[in-house]
Amino acid sequence: MSETRIRAIVSPQSRPALKKHARLQYDKVRGAWALLSPERIFWPNEVSLDILRLCNGRNEVTQMIAILADQYGADETEITLDVTGFLQEWSDKFLVEL
Amino acid sequence: MEPVLPPIGMLAELTHRCPLQCAYCSNPVELLKANREMDTGGWISLFEQAADLGVLQVHLSGGEPTLRTDLVELVRCLARRGVYTNLITAGVGISEGRIEALAEAGLDHIQLSFQGAFATTTEKIGNARGAHEKKIETARRVRATGLPLTINAPIHRHNMNEVPDFIDLALDLGAERLEIANVQYAGWALLNRDALMPQRAAVERQVQIVEEAQERLRGIMTIDFVTPDYFAIYPKPCMGGWARDAFMVAPDGTVLPCHAAATIKTLQFERFGDRTLSEIWHDSAAFKAFRGTDWMQEPCRSCERKEIDWGGCRCQAMAIAGDAAASDPACIKSPFHDRMGALIDQATGKKSYDGTFAYRRIGRMSEPMV
Ligand code: SF4
Ligand code: SF4
Repeated sequence: MSETRIRAIVSPQSRPALKKHARLQYDKVRGAWALLSPERIFWPNEVSLDILRLCNGRNEVTQMIAILADQYGADETEITLDVTGFLQEWSDKFLVEL
Repeated sequence: MEPVLPPIGMLAELTHRCPLQCAYCSNPVELLKANREMDTGGWISLFEQAADLGVLQVHLSGGEPTLRTDLVELVRCLARRGVYTNLITAGVGISEGRIEALAEAGLDHIQLSFQGAFATTTEKIGNARGAHEKKIETARRVRATGLPLTINAPIHRHNMNEVPDFIDLALDLGAERLEIANVQYAGWALLNRDALMPQRAAVERQVQIVEEAQERLRGIMTIDFVTPDYFAIYPKPCMGGWARDAFMVAPDGTVLPCHAAATIKTLQFERFGDRTLSEIWHDSAAFKAFRGTDWMQEPCRSCERKEIDWGGCRCQAMAIAGDAAASDPACIKSPFHDRMGALIDQATGKKSYDGTFAYRRIGRMSEPMV
């Protein structure tokens, strides 16, 4: 057996990035953003898109939350769970690297 | 009638040539020789038209697609058009530097099949010596290029008990994804159905093992599970619905709604080149035949699941109910559902299997009687 592989868990200091094999791309035919990945294509909604666009490997999760709270005029504590939940889910789907 | 939406995915069977001879292969029994294959220019112009039409994902398959000497050029064309490109390979006999060249050309993902979790099984099912070690080497080279890797494990009676070992193998090889895919009885697999059909108890055990592993490996490795139709209650939405999201292209450029569609003898299929892809997708009688829900009979017509599974697989309806417009017999509401059970019993009964397979070879000319 090779080294044991472990599940990545989101933390405030994580700097999420899109996985190399996941590609966010504007589809001219359908006029929508698509996230392309092996076998699957996702059509993220506006909120998901805003989160994904901040996944650039430089922003920490806390910074992402601050930016999003500002964008949506929301309270940071109110959206924290939504954002971290989203990132954990997309990390588990191998679309986001934490 | 709903408007026809643009296709999302395309399965391109570039060639029927293959170094392996898998008894479960879903290719048609009547395989095409190399001289019937569409040339490079044909494939490139097909890919360009596919991208224009809205295709976002292309699976390059076969046969063994790496036997096409123009593969790097084809990948480069798809990458230039922003199409997500997946290579489906058996991983045997890929020459030095080829995987690196494909990655360089813009390939997005590789799916590598293993016939067994152990060398003896892989050799027996694929009828090829040394295949297993070569596949392991291919996996290593894929990971070295940084390309994401899916291991595909086609499951049937002769390797179902290796499911836990397939999971360990995929973890060891650094795969992000493992597909545990119970074989679908089309093409050569249909010819070998009695030899491939698993026992009921083994299927139940397999379901438990896979569900437990999916839970345990959440965030570590994705396991996609393609369950066996003959043991199902409801059918799968074959191809996401006939002529709805995706289509496939045979080595000679024939455009088909699914890979077994040619078994429906009442349909006529058109070749790319004789007509444009857009014309075929929108107007070909074969694509229109079972698109949407208007063609459905009872029990599908008044079923609340009709836009979930689209009535299931047309080819399975043809093969087992003798009518391509019938409900998929995998469905418990189908009057032919009992036949699925009877076929399991017949196949797993004592005297049905003599230890041999009809191995996949070019040159066998007739489809099996079912
Ligand atoms: S299933 Fe086996 S024989 Fe068929 S194309 Fe794949 S590797 Fe070749
Ligand atoms: S009756 Fe038809 S639509 Fe309903 S579940 Fe069965 S196959 Fe699907």
